[in-house]
Amino acid sequence: MTPARRARRDVEDLLREAAPRALAAVVRRFGDFADSEDAVQEAMIDAARQWPAEGIPENPVGWLIAVASRRMTDRIRADSARRAREERLAVEPQPGPGAAADDTLALIFMCCRPELSPASAIALTLRAVGGLTTAEIAAAFLVPETTMGRRIARAKRTVAEADEPFGLPAPAERAERLRAALGVLYLIFNEGYAASEGPDLARTELSGEAIRLTRIARLALPEEPEVGGLLALMLLTDARRLARTDKRGELVPLDEQDRSLWDAAAIAEGGRILAEEMAKGAVGSYQLQAAIALAHDRARRAEDTDWAEILALYGLLEGVAPGPMVALNRAVAMAMAEGPEAGLALLAEVEPRLEGHHRVHAVRAHLLELAGDGPGAHTEYSRAAELTASLPEQRYLTRRAARLSAGGA
Amino acid sequence: MKFMLLQHYGRVEGDVPPMTEWKPEDVQAHIQFQKDLNAELRERGELVDAQGLAGPDLAKIVLATDGAPSVTDGPFAESKELLAGYRMIDVESEERAIEIAAQSSEGPGFNGVPLRQQIEVRQVMGPPEG
Repeated sequence: MTPARRARRDVEDLLREAAPRALAAVVRRFGDFADSEDAVQEAMIDAARQWPAEGIPENPVGWLIAVASRRMTDRIRADSARRAREERLAVEPQPGPGAAADDTLALIFMCCRPELSPASAIALTLRAVGGLTTAEIAAAFLVPETTMGRRIARAKRTVAEADEPFGLPAPAERAERLRAALGVLYLIFNEGYAASEGPDLARTELSGEAIRLTRIARLALPEEPEVGGLLALMLLTDARRLARTDKRGELVPLDEQDRSLWDAAAIAEGGRILAEEMAKGAVGSYQLQAAIALAHDRARRAEDTDWAEILALYGLLEGVAPGPMVALNRAVAMAMAEGPEAGLALLAEVEPRLEGHHRVHAVRAHLLELAGDGPGAHTEYSRAAELTASLPEQRYLTRRAARLSAGGA
Repeated sequence: MKFMLLQHYGRVEGDVPPMTEWKPEDVQAHIQFQKDLNAELRERGELVDAQGLAGPDLAKIVLATDGAPSVTDGPFAESKELLAGYRMIDVESEERAIEIAAQSSEGPGFNGVPLRQQIEVRQVMGPPEG
């Protein structure tokens, strides 16, 4: 990396850290979320242009707040109807330091309002809290910048209409809002994790961004074990990223992955965080999913996997967060722990709830293959390949089916 | 999730003459409808791309051969089945894609009567789920 490029990268990292803190300060001061967000974005663009050449200011957050506030003031001055506000500014206190994590969390809650669609909440969170530009977000989701710009603008309007004072949601709705916010962070993570090739490379950064934001949320909400549970789940899943695709970008199933490529440090950290959260005694679905991920991560070889433990964890997960996908995964665990026949029996129970879903066929194919029924597995792999809307999955399922027919099974 | 909404020549309800035989104001109304729909989808943050394709007379069928590729000119016997244009949208659900397809199917046609054009809705392949 050239020094100039390194300087630019340093500035970008710094800006992402600084963005939510600056935005929180400006929103608190001016009250107008949509305009404040624009002003901070503009200040960040100035910073990205100036800092690599002129050096990073001593107090980057303060610099952004000052520049964004100046823009806000200019805007307000230009609008005489808003003159009254200007007077209010003069007496309002400046935000104190040290509340960075709380500010970021408050912004996450603001951007993950339940009335926003997932795609809108994701885009708004990435821009307002993650400090990504509209162009970067558009590139990550492969839509034109204007379309993404409108999506973000609409989302901001929805947030503005809700007219919620800046800060954490009221206690009565805290649990529901937290669920929504964690759901959005997990979606951002998955958008990045699912990316595997070419134009999707920009997306892999989304996983890192989701992990960073969830880390901050955990600092601000240490009493909520599901926040740490989600962080552990992300770390324990992301640890397998390098092994998840081969050199050609094709999916590699868990039992065929080169486990030496797994990130041991991420697994250790995820395990440590999970243990801390579990000790708090309020087990939720993210902690259980993290525990399942950890059970896989701990096995040095695929055949060392403790399927009995995983089966038990899926049983608990079904109790906390029942759903057909959990049941489907439990069928796989059942097959691995107690044999393919037991798994197929459970699958038959689940199937009516997942009519026509490719995963049902993919799982049955896998279990039939384990049971030694080659032709049956071939039929089911082929059906799954026809029904999936995922290109890497379709390639994987097609290869799987082709291997069985070539093997003369 | 992204979807392609495909419009084909001919796939319309009843007996509608080709667009070149419509009244100019009907043609204009149809074009304006398509533009307005695109603007609406863009405003909602759902439009990825929308294009009309040049007519069947300019279409070519290409086939790999040992020497030079074999190229056949249009028009084709089944030009009704040829693609006339497409919209790529990025929406929350299949239901929303169907809603947009239905809206686009209602575009004004000959004598201002809704065209009720068949719209083929195809999901674009994406990364693996979860």
